[in-house]
Amino acid sequence: MISVSQLTKVYGQTLAVDHISFDVPKGQIVGFLGPNGAGKSTTLRILTCYMPPTSGGATINGLDIFHQSVQVRQNLGYLPENVPLYTEMRVEEYLDFRGRLRKMDRETRRKRIDYVLNRCWLTNVRRRIIGHLSKGYRQRVGLADALLHDPAVLILDEPTVGLDPTQIRESRKLIKDLGGDHTIMLSTHILPEVEAVCDRAIVIAGGKIVAQGTPDELRSSRRMQARVLVECRGPAKEVETALSRVSGVHKVELLNGERGGDGKDGHYVTAALRPKDGYDVREEAARTIIQHGWPLREVRLEHATLEEFFVQVTANQAVASGTGILPVS
Amino acid sequence: MPVPRMTRAPVIARRELGSYFFSPMAYVAMFLFLLASGLFFWNDFQPGQPVGMRSIFDWMVWLLVFVTPVLCMGLLAQEWASGTIETLMTAPVGEPDVVLGKFMGSLAFLLVLLAPTLLFVVMLMLYGDVDFGPIFSGYLGIVLVGALFIAIGLFCSSLTRSQVVAAVTAAAILFLVTIIPWWLGTRATLTGFWRGVADESIFRRYTDFSKGVIDTGNLVFFIAATAVFLFLTVKVLESRRWK
Repeated sequence: MISVSQLTKVYGQTLAVDHISFDVPKGQIVGFLGPNGAGKSTTLRILTCYMPPTSGGATINGLDIFHQSVQVRQNLGYLPENVPLYTEMRVEEYLDFRGRLRKMDRETRRKRIDYVLNRCWLTNVRRRIIGHLSKGYRQRVGLADALLHDPAVLILDEPTVGLDPTQIRESRKLIKDLGGDHTIMLSTHILPEVEAVCDRAIVIAGGKIVAQGTPDELRSSRRMQARVLVECRGPAKEVETALSRVSGVHKVELLNGERGGDGKDGHYVTAALRPKDGYDVREEAARTIIQHGWPLREVRLEHATLEEFFVQVTANQAVASGTGILPVS
Repeated sequence: MPVPRMTRAPVIARRELGSYFFSPMAYVAMFLFLLASGLFFWNDFQPGQPVGMRSIFDWMVWLLVFVTPVLCMGLLAQEWASGTIETLMTAPVGEPDVVLGKFMGSLAFLLVLLAPTLLFVVMLMLYGDVDFGPIFSGYLGIVLVGALFIAIGLFCSSLTRSQVVAAVTAAAILFLVTIIPWWLGTRATLTGFWRGVADESIFRRYTDFSKGVIDTGNLVFFIAATAVFLFLTVKVLESRRWK
């Protein structure tokens, strides 16, 4: 449904998007994930025909974004970042204007406006002035506009930024419901959003695609392993040595966070064990700690989070390109 | 192959005209314009004065030099600043549709602005014998000058995100092309190049209309100049693609 090949955008001296290619099949919800300034918005603006690429191309619904721009835009609903709207208009009036721009006749406009108002829970504010609405409602007005002409493809640029937690949940639910009928591409830098909403994630950093796959695939990719956290009261050095002798343990790190300490004066030590592949070291680790007589408070298996994955891949990218974010150890 | 399609300009024009009635600036500009033209009319509306509107029409051009920049400042600057240009240009409309729509919306507001001055004509009819020819040509002239000024204002508004910058730039350009040549024209000793500038000026061309002369050359001049600025505005809108 969306097919991008070798897309590149250069602004002056800056390479914003660097030869990216990907495909999105019909009905899929794809999360476009990356830190701020990674090239997400630029890519989406190119796909929506707001600006042309420097080189490379893309097709939406089989239509070329450059040569068939008008037809592409007819098949596309776009919610730009920060949801720009004409604040002096009323909700219904705005949607009517957008419908006229899209050459919908009176009857279709009436039906579709009722439908999108209902779908985006806007019916009770339909006669309110947009400027008087809260951020959450404005976001929905933007989404209603994007849905108005029942487009095959929806492109949403950071659709949940600036919403409160309840509104975020509602928006995600709405987006998820829309998948299937519409092919959706949404950008975000919030990881739980991808896990909650998307069928697939494309991770972009420094203008390049650094990873893609389902949230599960990304989490279980080779770079990422589970770790076991052991919290006990004992001398830090000895705890570390004892735990590193447990069979199946690849590496031990002491975590010095708010829960970390040196084991003296009744402070607790937290050690993170990286097990070798296929080992579950929890029982053995617990036994070792008890044998040494150190009071044990917690043994917990921690699955790799998408967040960790994200930090790793984007930090690697930043280091490789010599810019931006410091790597997080 | 480009698909033939009807322009969406009237839809945009309608929205633009509607949004004027939500903007306090437009009301202020309208109030000041009508107040000032009313005062000039009152000044002329005396026994023994000619039954005509020539001097009021001439004053109106001066007023428009300051009123149109205010009316046009938000047309595109506001779209850039708020980002609505992105929703607008990603709808299936072309840049010429947008520019033409904005222009038509402003021109319609100008007509709304001028409509109450028709009362002056009614008052003249009550108290004297009116020659409608020069009044018609005067209104035609003021609409043509207004259209050109709006095109210039729209062009300035397309260049910046700041409405203030747009208004000041437009006012400066209008001052430069209207009032300076007029002032030059008042120097009797002027010759050569500068005499030429004064003779070809907007204001000089306009006074033909207020005198009751509809000269094809003047008509063509105003329409062509308006078209040039609209064309330039389309190019500025398209320029985001070249970056």
